[in-house]
Amino acid sequence: MLGIVRQKMLEQSLKKIRPAVAVLRSYSSAAKQMNVREALNSALNEEMSADSKVFLIGEEVGEYQGAYKITKGLLDKYGTERVLDTPITEAGFAGIAVGAAYYGLKPVVEFMTFNFSMQAIDHIINSAAKSNYMSAGQISVPIVFRGPNGAAAGVGAQHSQCYAAWYATCPGLKVLTPYNSEDARGLLKAAIRDPDPVVFLENELLYGESFPISNEVLDSSFCLPIGKAKIERKGKHVTIAAYSKMVGYSLKAAEILEKDGIDAEVINLRSIRPLDRSTINDSVRKTNRLVTVEEAFPQHGVGAEICACVVEESFAYLDAPVERIAGADVPMPYAANLERMAVPQVEDIVRAAKRACYRSVPNEAQHCWEGAASF
Amino acid sequence: MALSQLLSSSSRSGNRLKSLSSAISLRHPISTDTTPITVETSVPFTSHQCEVPSRTVQTNAKELLTFFRDMALMRRMEIAADSLYKAKLIRGFCHLYDGQEAVAVGMEAAITKKDSIITAYRDHCTFIARGGTLLEVFAELMGRQAGCSRGKGGSMHFYKKDSNFYGGHGIVGAQVPLGCGLAFAQKYCKDEAVTFALYGDGAANQGQLFEALNISALWDLPAILVCENNHYGMGTAEWRAAKSPAYYKRGDYVPGLKVDGMDVLAVKQACTFAKEHALKNGPIILEMDTYRYHGHSMSDPGSTYRTRDEITGVRQERDPVERIRKLILSHDLATEKELKDTEKEVRKEVDDAIAQAKENPVPDSSELFTNVYAKGLGVESFGADRKEVRATLP
Repeated sequence: MLGIVRQKMLEQSLKKIRPAVAVLRSYSSAAKQMNVREALNSALNEEMSADSKVFLIGEEVGEYQGAYKITKGLLDKYGTERVLDTPITEAGFAGIAVGAAYYGLKPVVEFMTFNFSMQAIDHIINSAAKSNYMSAGQISVPIVFRGPNGAAAGVGAQHSQCYAAWYATCPGLKVLTPYNSEDARGLLKAAIRDPDPVVFLENELLYGESFPISNEVLDSSFCLPIGKAKIERKGKHVTIAAYSKMVGYSLKAAEILEKDGIDAEVINLRSIRPLDRSTINDSVRKTNRLVTVEEAFPQHGVGAEICACVVEESFAYLDAPVERIAGADVPMPYAANLERMAVPQVEDIVRAAKRACYRSVPNEAQHCWEGAASF
Repeated sequence: MALSQLLSSSSRSGNRLKSLSSAISLRHPISTDTTPITVETSVPFTSHQCEVPSRTVQTNAKELLTFFRDMALMRRMEIAADSLYKAKLIRGFCHLYDGQEAVAVGMEAAITKKDSIITAYRDHCTFIARGGTLLEVFAELMGRQAGCSRGKGGSMHFYKKDSNFYGGHGIVGAQVPLGCGLAFAQKYCKDEAVTFALYGDGAANQGQLFEALNISALWDLPAILVCENNHYGMGTAEWRAAKSPAYYKRGDYVPGLKVDGMDVLAVKQACTFAKEHALKNGPIILEMDTYRYHGHSMSDPGSTYRTRDEITGVRQERDPVERIRKLILSHDLATEKELKDTEKEVRKEVDDAIAQAKENPVPDSSELFTNVYAKGLGVESFGADRKEVRATLP
């Protein structure tokens, strides 16, 4: 009965919100739009202009204008001394970049995809991440490793892995996962300015997506703080925590859930390491329910860490077990129908959120829980 | 001629005694005599794709006595580290450099502190050559606050950034691309300086070395790759690990020089040559033919893969400290007693540093959480039991 009252109140408040949302939507089409590619390119350009120690290094970043055109125009502007095309030798050029960072330069290393970063992972972990600690502060490493991460479309098992959890394990690294253009600009600028090694995980499928962007974000001094998540959508009933492309999916899921009277709060993590545990926990303490969403393999992933941290910090506030949506626990298949099953879809997030709200058709495992809740 | 030499040497020793009595320093004797002396290196250099530097080397008494002292100090330090390890005051890894001192000392003599050096884990003596102190060495080995890395690095992670010494690396071969990166930065900043990236015969087969060498050659980086060929990569002899153990030739299109790494003057000559080459023409490889008396590390007796006869043979025929001693004595630059006194002084310095290091405290518990980041952003970090031990990273 209480549920019905709550639902009626929700519907009334939603009616108030909906027109405002419609206004926002029309406003955003009039405001400036920028796609993620342009956002990254402009951030690189501005940071290179502001600091002569910043240089770009990677495969096809120069003459080819970037494999994904992220570095377009920068060779023409800054020349071959600052935009360096490398041979296809990740271990070699990543090591060279880390050595340059030891000396005090600020390299931005592009991995054509982060799958290839595995060839250089020793330099990222052992040469970059740990140096400041091992040298008791003598050797800091102001380097950025950036590039597309995670699944693209139809590229198969060796080109689709998400490395967020792997890199975020390592103390000494900072791991960032921008979602929209504001994130891309603000976080890349922050990463380049940061004196520590930053792994900057972009998403190929987001490069072409446009987002509204304010004048503040367009300013060359714009910077986002590292280690702070953003509440993309405020809500009351369930928290959905996601990063990168899954933020977009989670927002779509939230719209669908809204129609069923579930008001989801969507957190854009932005930073996997440091992880913004306080924003996540504050949100869960408010909503009492949590769904984590990632495209990556599920085992030992970001969702697992978030679940552990919420259980440790906010156990008494949880009204339901934490739900985890992740990529399928298989290497990425090629066939389109199988590929679709291997990555989370919006309906997966909706289903998990409903489960967390005890609104789905109960499955075997949930019977006893539901029984307990109804007392 | 002999008489005048005797007279001049005695007047030199007279000056020395005077300067000693007024000097606060423990160093004795130091000849300030810089009259050039011409010496030939033990063997001529062999080259690949470049001209050969002359085997005639200019030196002087001051330099030779400094070489002797420095190498004797390093020798003594490494042997003392051996004892400390056996006494369990040093833990984990300890890779000793005794036998290879001429490489560290000769290299340093050819360059300035503006030039950079990076090496692997056999780094104690290279650190000393770059200006590190004995206390910093022993305290670091024993995990104390006064260590060069405040006790947080250990034997394999010595650094001295203000002298452009970049460590101290535990992953075999990783230091070579890093070193080429240092050279890249030196060129980028137009510093007119070079980087010496040292690696062993074991690391010489690493793929990343060739990747870095390829890029260095393409971009004309002032990188000098120095293979300290002590003929054993851990327990594997060079002929078992490398199809071609002519490491100075392995650069293919990159020139190389083979050097007697037990002859400090040859090392100095080669490094001078290499620096000039690298600044003008890009990368060059130096292969230092050297030898380590100890095993790979303190857990390796060093005798399961080589004979004791081989070790004693090298010690008798090629020891770098003995070579300089003979050179000094044959040129009458000091007496046997003076050299023995130097060795005693050096031994005392080492013993004093060890005593000081033993008294030095271990790092404060709070140091567990320092230097994780250069800019910690007030982020939280955790101990083993995160409900017990948490910290905010500064």
